[in-house]
Amino acid sequence: MLALRKHISPGWWLVAPFFLLVACLYLGPILNILWLSLSDPEPGLQNYSKLVESDTLARIMWTTIRICVITTGFAVILGYSIAYAMVHAYRREQSFMLTFLLVSFWISILVRTFSWLMLLGRKGPINEGFEAIGLISEPVAFMRNELGVLIGMVHYMIPYAVLPLLVNMQTLDQRVMSASRNLGASASQTFFRIYLPMTTPGIVASALLVFILSLGFYVTPAVLGGGKVLMVAEYISVQLLVTVKWGVAAMLAALMLAGVLAMLWIMSKFMKLSTVFGGASS
Amino acid sequence: MKPSLLASFNRAGAWVLLMFLVLPALIAIPVSLTPKRFLSMPKGEYSLRHFEKLFTSEEWMSSFGQSAIIALSTSLLATILGTLCAIGLWRVSSKYSEVVRAFLLLPLIIPQIISAMAFYRLWIPMGLLDSYLGLILAHTILATPMVLITVSASLANFDPKLEQASRNLGASNWVTVRRVILPSVRPGVLAGALFAFILSWDEIVVTLFISKYSVYTLPRRMWNGIRENTDPTVAAAAVVLIALTIIAFVVYAILSRRNAKVKTSL
Repeated sequence: MLALRKHISPGWWLVAPFFLLVACLYLGPILNILWLSLSDPEPGLQNYSKLVESDTLARIMWTTIRICVITTGFAVILGYSIAYAMVHAYRREQSFMLTFLLVSFWISILVRTFSWLMLLGRKGPINEGFEAIGLISEPVAFMRNELGVLIGMVHYMIPYAVLPLLVNMQTLDQRVMSASRNLGASASQTFFRIYLPMTTPGIVASALLVFILSLGFYVTPAVLGGGKVLMVAEYISVQLLVTVKWGVAAMLAALMLAGVLAMLWIMSKFMKLSTVFGGASS
Repeated sequence: MKPSLLASFNRAGAWVLLMFLVLPALIAIPVSLTPKRFLSMPKGEYSLRHFEKLFTSEEWMSSFGQSAIIALSTSLLATILGTLCAIGLWRVSSKYSEVVRAFLLLPLIIPQIISAMAFYRLWIPMGLLDSYLGLILAHTILATPMVLITVSASLANFDPKLEQASRNLGASNWVTVRRVILPSVRPGVLAGALFAFILSWDEIVVTLFISKYSVYTLPRRMWNGIRENTDPTVAAAAVVLIALTIIAFVVYAILSRRNAKVKTSL
């Protein structure tokens, strides 16, 4: 016993309380859910075979993946623009930009979703504004469809897309770009052939982060989709809280978890994960 | 090097995007001032009746109180657990500690809907559904990784020689932690406490699963209001939340500026 204690660093005692909490109260039930996907209502793979058999499930999966891909695309492109401008701005402007970014990061998800509900409604300011300037003759349905979900989700995800890109761009050696310009390349050549390839790790990390967050996103699709756009997270909640079918919900959770862990693994090949998740605090 | 045309164009675009990120939330301000009984944009007339209703409503006030209790307890617990954990992992610093660190960050990374399922699954047999303890425990597990990250970031700048010096001068383990390590990671601890508070204060997905009647947090009540989509009191609550966010941000900015000053003076 004494020999064992000598080998265990005393630091572990400080880690133990939270470790036990996570292992018992978090990992335990997650493993139980994974098991449920194979055993509820009866043992076997029938929950997984529903993916092929049921049209509803296939449609929900497809909707989720499509919305996540489009959201990721927009969030990363727009986030790239913000990150690029921030890195190249003067110190004072940079801190203003960071303030805006962090404030938007911190505003409650419910407040933001509520705002979009107000802005995008049939009698909302956007529709009325467009009508006033004669752009449209009758209200456009911005909500209760995929468009509304996408607007809300891209808006929420942009700050998350910016942070990994910012971390990546700040570490680039600016002399490489100067060298490219001095050797006669134009500004756009330098950007597309030097800068963009050098920021690939940032782009990959940012895309995967946004995709992971989008996959399990619940609030915005549920409100702005208005029941018309059913994504996996909302479907899981209906399965559990309304129809109480653990098997199917557990199967969807297992797939989502597998997807998230696979993407994290890919992400770790491109970037130290701690820099991505610690980005907000630096 | 003169900025190219493309770069100045991008700079303007970035500012438009940043406005797009922040400004939509402000729509809650005019909506909260409508004199009507239903959600609408005010036309010429303004009224504070919905704020009055918010602050005199027993339901809304109890939700504010409950959220404050839960978020403060979560923040306290998460800060203690997360700080201990960060110091422990920093002390160990081996390849195992990095694996454990990745494992402990999982609650932050795994989609909230799966966390919600997990807590719901376990809280039913444990009888923790719809209780303060259940919510505080769940939020603490979700928020502690935040503290772990911020404190670890502070520890990365901490010189291990200071710890050795303290030990060599005869201080015990505990005294070293309390008098040498903790004071120097204070900014990280405070930032972590703030982040943990915000996470709990704003948490809705897990809360929707594990609370029902007796515990009704502020996000839960807002969620209800948003789903019903009629009562402008939600808009008034949103305005109060935006104001609180700005106050919290100012506190955070002052803290991190002080931190930066300490760093440059060293």
